[in-house]
Amino acid sequence: MADIAHAHRSEPLSGRVAGAAGVTVTPAPAAGRVALRVNPSEAGQLSSILGLALPLSPKTSVTTETGRMALWLGPDEWLLIDASVDAGPHLTSALCEAGVLVSAVDVSHRNTAILVEGAGAQATLESGCPQNLSLTAFPVGACSRTVLGKIEVVILRTGAEAFRVECWRSFSDYAFTFLADAAGDALA
Amino acid sequence: MLLIHCPYCQEERPELEFRNTGEAHIARPADIANISDEAFEVFFFLRDNPKGLTYERWRHIHGCGRFFNAVRDTVSDKFVTTYKAGLPKVAVVRADDGSVRVSDRVEGAGL
Repeated sequence: MADIAHAHRSEPLSGRVAGAAGVTVTPAPAAGRVALRVNPSEAGQLSSILGLALPLSPKTSVTTETGRMALWLGPDEWLLIDASVDAGPHLTSALCEAGVLVSAVDVSHRNTAILVEGAGAQATLESGCPQNLSLTAFPVGACSRTVLGKIEVVILRTGAEAFRVECWRSFSDYAFTFLADAAGDALA
Repeated sequence: MLLIHCPYCQEERPELEFRNTGEAHIARPADIANISDEAFEVFFFLRDNPKGLTYERWRHIHGCGRFFNAVRDTVSDKFVTTYKAGLPKVAVVRADDGSVRVSDRVEGAGL
């Protein structure tokens, strides 16, 4: 009898490290992710399922103590990120039974994330992102879908000198190489 | 870089996040199966290409993803105003000095 084959999850950026003086560029740990679409007037009804209230203002996010994040992407669109790798299927099934018309898609494996941290983190991102990322325009907790170089990313500011860059898995090599290159120039 | 005000994100964003998606306020015929070929041609293919003020649909494709309407001057490439999709056409007036601003008067509701 043949042995049962177990699918092994491989992270696209595992083992990569980069950085320069004042900047570190590291792949984020694996996470569960859900792309959520729901009418904003009914978003409040999902609070108990999600364990957080979905942010309703542009460019804002909510982070819980348990490591779950909800990022406002559009008027009726959010990206949920959970520190637990297996959160995706649980969240999507719970959301679909909420009695509210929702679209919840598990995109845990579609996205991967890169953490950019340090005194030069903002300058590193600014080399490829056209948005104003200063602390006044993009404070801690701010998030936005935007452009980095030639690809689309979601940027979340987790601290004054810390960003999380969510990109599609297939673009992650480009994103990591781009950020690693930019880090070298950040504080130069 | 050109900054475009997104009425959904409620702030100015760099033009790289946006995409032009053609002329705005083109109403789809209610009985599209029964209109003449000529009327369909006008609705489907024929577009104005004005020198000056134009009403366009834009999409914040690398941002909130929403479509919205904009009034732009094709000569100066200046955006006069932007407003949410579905709202009636915003009337604009050109002052004697050539500058354009939103008129207080609202034109008839169009799509």
